[in-house]
Amino acid sequence: MPRVSFEHIVKKYGAVTVLSGLNLAIDDGDFLVLLGPSGCGKTTLLNLLAGLADVTSGRIMIGDRDVTDLDPKDRGLAMVFQSYALYPTKSVEGNLRFGLAATRLARAEADRRIKWAADLLQIGPLMARKPAELSGGQRQRVAIGRALVKHAEVLLFDEPLSNLDAKLRTEMRLEIKKLHEVLHPTVVYVTHDQIEAMTMATQIAVMNGGEIQQFGTPDDVYENPANLFVAGFVGSPAMNLCDARLVARSGGVTGELAEGSSVDLSSYGFAGAPVDGQEIIIGLRPEHFRIGPDLPAEMALTLNLPVRLVERTGSDAILSLSYLDKLLAVRIEPDAAARMKAGQTVAVHYPRTKLNLFDARSGRRL
Amino acid sequence: MTASTTAEVMFPRPKKRIRGRQIAILVFLGMVALFFCVPLYVMVVTSFKPMDQIREGAIFSLPRIWTLEAWRFAWFEACSGLTCNGLRGGFWNSLRILVPSLVASISLSAVTGYALALWNVRWAGSFLFLLFLCAFVPFQIIMYPIIIITVKLQLFGSIWGVALVHTVLAMPVLTLIFRNYYKDIPADIIKAAMMDSGSFWRIFLEVILPMSGNILIVILILQITSIWNDFLVGVTFGGVGAQPMTVNLANMVTVSTGTVSYNVNMAAALLTAIPPLVIYFVLGKFFVQGIAAGAIKG
Repeated sequence: MPRVSFEHIVKKYGAVTVLSGLNLAIDDGDFLVLLGPSGCGKTTLLNLLAGLADVTSGRIMIGDRDVTDLDPKDRGLAMVFQSYALYPTKSVEGNLRFGLAATRLARAEADRRIKWAADLLQIGPLMARKPAELSGGQRQRVAIGRALVKHAEVLLFDEPLSNLDAKLRTEMRLEIKKLHEVLHPTVVYVTHDQIEAMTMATQIAVMNGGEIQQFGTPDDVYENPANLFVAGFVGSPAMNLCDARLVARSGGVTGELAEGSSVDLSSYGFAGAPVDGQEIIIGLRPEHFRIGPDLPAEMALTLNLPVRLVERTGSDAILSLSYLDKLLAVRIEPDAAARMKAGQTVAVHYPRTKLNLFDARSGRRL
Repeated sequence: MTASTTAEVMFPRPKKRIRGRQIAILVFLGMVALFFCVPLYVMVVTSFKPMDQIREGAIFSLPRIWTLEAWRFAWFEACSGLTCNGLRGGFWNSLRILVPSLVASISLSAVTGYALALWNVRWAGSFLFLLFLCAFVPFQIIMYPIIIITVKLQLFGSIWGVALVHTVLAMPVLTLIFRNYYKDIPADIIKAAMMDSGSFWRIFLEVILPMSGNILIVILILQITSIWNDFLVGVTFGGVGAQPMTVNLANMVTVSTGTVSYNVNMAAALLTAIPPLVIYFVLGKFFVQGIAAGAIKG
């Protein structure tokens, strides 16, 4: 049985429909990330689950309980907020204790849980301090601690890391992942950061315009994006999308790119039979490109393109190649990048097995 | 150049000079200060003079003999109407009016403002608009109905009646002030509290009230000054037995028999003005320090 399920959720704010008939089920112990650009309805969905907003219609189940009309405190949830939302006039310990305000625990049990959370998150020495006297990372720990002491069935995170600097964010990301591995709660985590989604999630729901575009494991979402939105949103640098026309003849299936070269699609796993003459979009991940001379697998496509820019980030490098009127991003080894210069023409190859094809009209994966 | 640690001045800044504009401002401020200080000076020195010196007419001169006789007389013996017990009766009345109306008006409006700002209250918008309108209704318009109401409640002419009227009159403005202040508390803190506790009173007492230090000080100063300095409500609803100090003072100085004791009148006026001044000095310090500085930001 799923731990949390959303059934036919509709949410309207006045005349604006944010969610229209959304269905989603999360299994026990899963780490679900709701990923999407701002305004896609992911935070609304989280607030509906938390009970901080009311559904217009539909049903929310936690375990076998219908929680749709329950008060937030009665839903058995704990939440970590983007702004930490610590109570400014309470000490760290007071914050953790207030997290248990609705539970009517015995004093000894409350003390035991607070100590447990403090040890787990290493905030023991900070217990007497006020939130204003803590650093961003420490506040985040306290906020997580306040959620953990409740021993809630489901933990909610609302973009918890977006107020931290890059280094702390990486640390806390790891920390939250470790906590999930140790405690195994069911987690619903909202973010617009795809790195967070890819690294922490066991399941990702990519959302856009109030609808779930794709629901699957991080690998699935990355390697087999269900449509053009997911393809463009997940991945950095973004997937290169090239217009093409499908040519299905007896000799095999190829795609003809707008600039004339042809792509071997014979080993692509089409969902339906390929239609000759269909307008398609071919998605090419930057990191799957190869530059000569020794090529490991059979290549679907070879392009000779002039280099516009070379960006080196240290661990790897991104080539921007002029392709028609746009730029094609290609990830290469930094050593290779050192030899590249703007203006020089380079031959890049793309393997057959890594192709992504989309219907140009509907945007769906073929 | 190598980095040096000596405190040698390399690029001296030009010294700031007093400009003409600044002088003009200082002169203006000085004149304004004099405008308020001169009458105060006259009051203070007169209150310490015996009547003999006052009759000489030199109002700016310092007392030849400093005496507290006028202050003592104003406090213990001065006649107001038929009773001659000085201002102390009015002082205690004022205090007994002030405390309950302060407690009632602030606690009621804080809770109402909190509910309107942070909980889903049906018709909250219309209610706020109504409050807004009420805040602009002149007291004189509703005075007569209120007199009838207090008579029916058998509170007319009592301390509690005056306190009740003060409380009711202050509610619209105070509620709006509290509501606007609480509206600025970050939404996430309220959401967290809803999930952690969900109890209306517990969230108010443990989370919201401790964050209200700043606004409480402001409202306290506002309310103490307005209630203490009030004359109209006191003279209308106080009857004979529950007159506040201001009414007492007015009766005392508008005496129509005998000579006018300027020194006693000045002392009485100063005595009446002292309590709000004390509040300004005591609470003003907290206000400037901002006892809840950073409370909202967390």
